Amino acid sequence: MISEAAGSQEKEGLGDFIIHHLKDSHEWNVLGYHINLPHFKPIHILGIELDFSITNHVVMIWAASIILILLFRFLYRREQIIPKGIAAVLELFVLFIRDEIAIPNIGEKDGRKFTPLLCTMFFFILTCNLMGLIPLFTTATGDISVTASLAIITFITVQLAGMKRFGVLGYFKNLAPHGIPVFLNVIIVPIEFLGLFTKPFALAMRLFANMIAGHTVIFALLGLIIALGSIFVSPFAVGFAVFINLLELLVAFIQAYIFTMLSAVFIGMALNPEH
Amino acid sequence: MSDLALAYLAAGFGAAFVALAAALGIGRIGSSAMEGTARQPEAANAIRTSMIISAALIEGIAFFGLVICFLLSLK
Repeated sequence: MISEAAGSQEKEGLGDFIIHHLKDSHEWNVLGYHINLPHFKPIHILGIELDFSITNHVVMIWAASIILILLFRFLYRREQIIPKGIAAVLELFVLFIRDEIAIPNIGEKDGRKFTPLLCTMFFFILTCNLMGLIPLFTTATGDISVTASLAIITFITVQLAGMKRFGVLGYFKNLAPHGIPVFLNVIIVPIEFLGLFTKPFALAMRLFANMIAGHTVIFALLGLIIALGSIFVSPFAVGFAVFINLLELLVAFIQAYIFTMLSAVFIGMALNPEH
Repeated sequence: MSDLALAYLAAGFGAAFVALAAALGIGRIGSSAMEGTARQPEAANAIRTSMIISAALIEGIAFFGLVICFLLSLK
């Protein structure tokens, strides 16, 4: 990137600037205070190195969880039949998830069983995405580990739901549709089996890349002011960055919705294999 | 040309192709969505929802390529 071409040694190039802001790091610059987050040594278990230090993204995940717990546990009074205030907005979202995402894709009875999981995923992803848009916070879903964890949760849910209903062998038999000629099975079974793994991988990749791309564009535009060195670039750069920020707001909602909807579709496909 | 230069060149071309392909795909979705809405304005909401979902799925695939270009340019 430009860092290699500029070749100057005293300031980091544009590429390093962007990557430094997007990566997980052990310190946090907030309002002029430089917070050094606790850095624990990695634990070696069975040859895998686990690093439990508290980094930027871990703090953001905790903040999102605390916000969600506060919102849903304490602001959502269950005695009121008709919710008022912010509980009405939350109820709107929860009903939307149940009636538009869970029940059409999974079915009437199972949809209600899986709605809590889908709601958790939706609100967690939405909160993380929105918090990433605030200038001094980082995006927790902009880390491949976080999105991969969410996709692994979907993967495990799909397998367990299918296996609980149909048995372990029956679930794998359901991968290939029943009413097709036998010789097509040779092609379809490997594809379906690989699809079990690629679909959650695509889920993780989609969410991660959407979040990273938006923030990369914003940082690149703002870094362009420093890289070009003149102040007359700033109105265009800042204007463009504001526009991309608004686009990112839309993308945050859409990506949370898409992740939840595709998880519901996968669970529905495992529970009702009606090809 | 050195290996590094080839990698950067490939990253640049790759990103351009990815953007081109994504724009083509989403453009087709947008155009058919508008046609569908023009024929039957009552279905506008359902068409709009499906359009946004398809656009997000296509963008997901476009981002695969973009991430690979990004990794190439970081070498």
